[in-house]
Amino acid sequence: MPQRESPMQSEMLQGTLDMLILQTLVLGPAHGHTIAHAIERGSEEVLQIEHGSLYPALHRLENRGWIAAFWGTSENNRKAKYYRLTPAGRKQLLAQTTRWEQVVRAIGRILKPATE
Amino acid sequence: MNLRLFCRRAQWDRDRSEEIEDYVRIETDDNIARGMPFDEARAAAVRKLGNRTLIREEIYGMNTAIFFDSLAREVRHALRALRQNPGFTAVALMTLALGIGANTAVFSVVNSVLLNPLRYPRPDELVALRQVAPDAAGLASFNDGLPLSASMYVTYSENNRSFQTMGVWVQTTANVTGLAEPEQVRVIVVSDGVLQALRVPPAAGRWLSPADQVPGSPQRVMLSYGYWQRRFGGARSAIGRTLVANSQLREIVGVMPKGFRMVNAEFDLLAPFQFDRGRLILAGFGLSGIARLKPGVTITQANADIANLLPIWMDSWTNGPGTGNGRHYANWRITPAIRPLKQDVVGGVSDGLWVVMSTIGLVMLIACANVANLLLVRAETRQQELALRSALGASRARVVGSLLVESVLLGLIGGVLGVGLATAGLRLLIAIGPANLPRLSEVSIDPRTLVFALALSLLSGLVFGLIPALKYAGPRISSILRSAGRTASVSRERHRIRNLLVVAQVAMALVLLISAGLMIRTFQALRAVDPGFTDPAHLETMRLAIPPNLVTEPERVLRIQNEIADKLAAIPGVTAAGFGSEMPMEGYGSNWDSINAEGHEYPPGVFPPLRFFKHVSPGFLHAAGTRMIAGRELTWGEVYGRLPVVMLSENLARELWGSAAAAVGRHIRGGSNDPWREVVGVVQDVSETRIDEKAPEIVYWPSLMDGLGGPGGGGVVRTMTFVVRSERAGTEGFLSQVRQAVWSVNGNLPVASLRTMQAIYDESLARTSFTLVMLAIAGVMALLLGIVGIYGVISYAVSQRRREIGIRVALGAKQNVLQLMFVRHALALAMIGVAIGLGAAAGLMRLMKSLLYEISPLDPMTYAAVPLVLVVAAVLASYLPARRAASVDPAKTLRAE
Repeated sequence: MPQRESPMQSEMLQGTLDMLILQTLVLGPAHGHTIAHAIERGSEEVLQIEHGSLYPALHRLENRGWIAAFWGTSENNRKAKYYRLTPAGRKQLLAQTTRWEQVVRAIGRILKPATE
Repeated sequence: MNLRLFCRRAQWDRDRSEEIEDYVRIETDDNIARGMPFDEARAAAVRKLGNRTLIREEIYGMNTAIFFDSLAREVRHALRALRQNPGFTAVALMTLALGIGANTAVFSVVNSVLLNPLRYPRPDELVALRQVAPDAAGLASFNDGLPLSASMYVTYSENNRSFQTMGVWVQTTANVTGLAEPEQVRVIVVSDGVLQALRVPPAAGRWLSPADQVPGSPQRVMLSYGYWQRRFGGARSAIGRTLVANSQLREIVGVMPKGFRMVNAEFDLLAPFQFDRGRLILAGFGLSGIARLKPGVTITQANADIANLLPIWMDSWTNGPGTGNGRHYANWRITPAIRPLKQDVVGGVSDGLWVVMSTIGLVMLIACANVANLLLVRAETRQQELALRSALGASRARVVGSLLVESVLLGLIGGVLGVGLATAGLRLLIAIGPANLPRLSEVSIDPRTLVFALALSLLSGLVFGLIPALKYAGPRISSILRSAGRTASVSRERHRIRNLLVVAQVAMALVLLISAGLMIRTFQALRAVDPGFTDPAHLETMRLAIPPNLVTEPERVLRIQNEIADKLAAIPGVTAAGFGSEMPMEGYGSNWDSINAEGHEYPPGVFPPLRFFKHVSPGFLHAAGTRMIAGRELTWGEVYGRLPVVMLSENLARELWGSAAAAVGRHIRGGSNDPWREVVGVVQDVSETRIDEKAPEIVYWPSLMDGLGGPGGGGVVRTMTFVVRSERAGTEGFLSQVRQAVWSVNGNLPVASLRTMQAIYDESLARTSFTLVMLAIAGVMALLLGIVGIYGVISYAVSQRRREIGIRVALGAKQNVLQLMFVRHALALAMIGVAIGLGAAAGLMRLMKSLLYEISPLDPMTYAAVPLVLVVAAVLASYLPARRAASVDPAKTLRAE
C-alpha cells in the first residue's frame, strides 16, 4: 500500500481532523467541498489536507452519530449531500476541545517552562 | 462490526462515490472560475482530492469485516469447484445425505422417546412406585415386580414422608351404550393423587375430586380429548351430561387435554376408584403406583421411607376374617424399587434404540471415511493448483481454510439432503416401529433434531475435510512444482492414510454386520419357539364382555357365550371356535394365584408358588391349535354341571407328578377349603407372557365354577377372548360376518379388539424385528460403503501405477499375476480390517446381550459367516479395477508419459 503524504494523514492527527470537521459544522450545515476549504482557509493554509481524506472521516462521524447527512441544494443549484452537527456531536466536540486544550497547555509548559 | 452497515455496504459505496464526484465537480468549477482551462481545472481538482480508490476502500473497509468477505469468496470458489466435478460431488453428497439422513431420523426417535418422553410439568420429580418380591415364587414371571394393592395405597399415601402426592391407577375396559352402537372403551381408573401428581390441568371442566372417590357418591367420569372429539364433537356442553358405562350412569365432569396419557397408556375414560376402607384386604396386587417426590428427596430416601411402612401395612390389614395379620408376607421379602417415571415409560425399548443409534453412528463414520478418501484423491489431482497458490503467497492457514470451506460446504449440502431423507425415512420408521415405542406416532423433526443434523453436518465436514487439508497444505511446494505432478503422488506415505481408512471401514462394517447377524439368528430362534398355538394368520380373535347389569345370572352368561361360539362356528369356512380368558401375549391383566395339589399341600403360613390361571371353554384349545399332551379337553356338560374338573400345562404336570401322563386322574384345588378337582387333561406349554420368556405353569379352569369373581361374582368369567379359526380370517367380509354372528345373539354387545392372532404375535416380536430391520439396513449400508471404499482405493492405486504396470507388461509379466497383485492388496486390507473388527465386535456385542435370545454374543456361526462375506466382497470390489490394470497396453501407457 503506498503511503499517503498529506500532513493530516498521520495517526496522531486523525482525532484532530474529526475535531476540526465538527468545529466547522458548528457554524451551520455544509457539504464536503465547503468543509475541506473551510478547514484549509481557517488554518490560514497551514493545515494542508488532501481533500479526499475528508470523506472517510465524514463516514466515520456519521456512523458514530455525531453528524447527520441530508440531501440539500448547493450554491450552484446542484443536489449535494449536506452534513449537520447532532447534539451528540456537539457534546463530543466540547469534550475533544477541552482535552485538546489540556494537551496543548501541557505540551506548552514543557516546551517553554521559563516563561511561565 | 455493524450488521446494518454490512448489509448496506454496496449502497454506501455508491452514495460516497457520488458525493466524491460532486466534490470534483465543484472544485473544477471553482478552478475554472479562477481562469483555468477545463482539462487543467479537472486535473487539479482530482489531484487535490487524492487517490479516489483508496478513499472508497477505506470507507468500504469501515463497513465490512474482511473475514466475512473472504469467506463469501471462498464459498463461491468452492461451489464452482464442486460444480466442475459433478461425479465426485454427486457421490460425496449421496454418501453424506444417506449418513446424515439415517442419523437424523434415528436421533429424532431417540430424542422424543428416550430424551424427552414425559410431557408433564417438572417431570424429574415423578416416580413410578414399584416393588419387587424376590421370594414370592411364581411372581418372578412378572416383568414388572409386585404391583400395589389398594390397602398398600392407603397405608403409603397416609404415612409417607417423601411424596408431595401419590396415587394408584389401573387400566381396564368398559362397554359404553346409548351413544352410538355399543362400544368397548379403554378406561383408566385412578385414585386421588394421580392427577395431582401429574399436574396436567383439564382442557375443560374439572379434575376428578376426592369427593368423587367416596363410596356411594355419584358416579363421575372424565373424558380423553380424543373421545370428547369423537363422541361429543368437542362440545363444551358435554360437561354435565351423562353416559352409560357398563350399564352405569356416569356424569361427565371434565376433559383431559390433547396428548395427555397416563404414563404411556392411552385411554377414553378416566374414572375414580371408590375404595371402601372397611372392606379392603392385604392382597389384590394389581395397581400401578405413581408419585411426585418432595423437592430434595432422593429415590433412595423414598425407598427407605416405604420400606418402613411395609410392617405398618402388614399390621393394619388382613386377608379376611380369621386369616390373621399380614406378617407372613415378610416371607416374600417385599422391597420397594421406586424408579424415575421416565425409565418406566422408556422401559425395555431403550436398549434397542441405543444399539440402533450407535450402529447408525458407525455408518456415519464409514460414510465420512469414504468421503475423506474421495477428497484425498481429489486433493491429489489438485496438488499443482494448491502448490501454485502457496507459491503465490497464500499462507498454509489460507489453503487449509479454503479446503475446509469446500468440505464443510459438502457437509452442509449433504445435511440438507439428509434432513429431506430423514423426513421420508421417519415415515418408514413409524410404520415399522414396535408398538411399545412410546409415542412413536408423534415423532417428528423438531428444532432439537435440526440442531443435531446441523452439528452433524458441520462436524462431519470438518472431520473428513481436515485429513486431506492438513495433508496437502504442506510446505512442499517446490518439489511438487518441479515434479509436474507425476512422481509426487506415488509416495507410500500418501497411500497409508487411504489404506488406513479402508481398514477402519472394513472393521466397522464387520461390527455392524455381526450385530445384524446376531439379530437375524435371534429372530430365527424366536420363530423356532413353539408358542403353543398354530397358524396364527388364520385365527381371528376378539374381546367380548357381558357386564352384570346386562345379564345377571352366571349360567345365562355362559349360555350366551356358548351360543356366540356356536354361531361363530357356523359361519361358512370356520373350522373351530371357542373362548378363553385371554390369548397368549394379549397382555390383559394376568391372573396369578397358588394351588394345592395331591401330595403337594402347603401348611398354613407358607406361600405356595404362584401359577398362571386361565379359564377356557370346551373347544378353545382345539381352535387355538394348542395340543393336548395327555387326557382330553373339558366338555360342555362338565362346565354347565360345575363338575370338579381341571386341566394343567405340561410343565406344571411334570413338576407335580413327573410326567404328563401321570397327572391325568390326579387332583388339585385352589384354597384348602375348595373341593378337589380331577385333572382330565394335560396341555402343551404356551408362551403366555412373551415369546422370549419361559412358558409359565398354567392351570386351565372351567369358565363357570363356584367361588369365581369374589362374593356375588356368580362364578362366571364375563370378559372373554373368542377365537375363530378360518381361512378367511382378517378379510373384511369375514369380520362383518363375525360381528353379525355376535349381534344375532345379543345386539348390545360391543365387539372389541378384532384382530388376527398373527397381529398379536407380530406385536410381541416387534422389538426384535424393529431392531433387526434397523441393524440390517445399517449393516447393508456399511457393506456397500465398504465395497465402494475398497473399489475406490484399488482403482486409484491402479491408475497411479499405470506406468509401472506398463513396464511390467512390457517385460513380460502375466495378466493374472498383475491382477493378483491388486486383489492381494485389497485382501490384505480386508483381512486386517476383519481382524480388528472381530476384536471390537467380541467386546461390543456383550452390550447387545439383552436383545438376544438363546444366541451367544459370540455366536460362532455369525462370527464365521460375516468375515467370509466381507472378504468375498473385498475380492469382488478389487477384481474389477485389477482387471483394468491387466489390460493396460504398455505401448500406449509409456507413450502417454
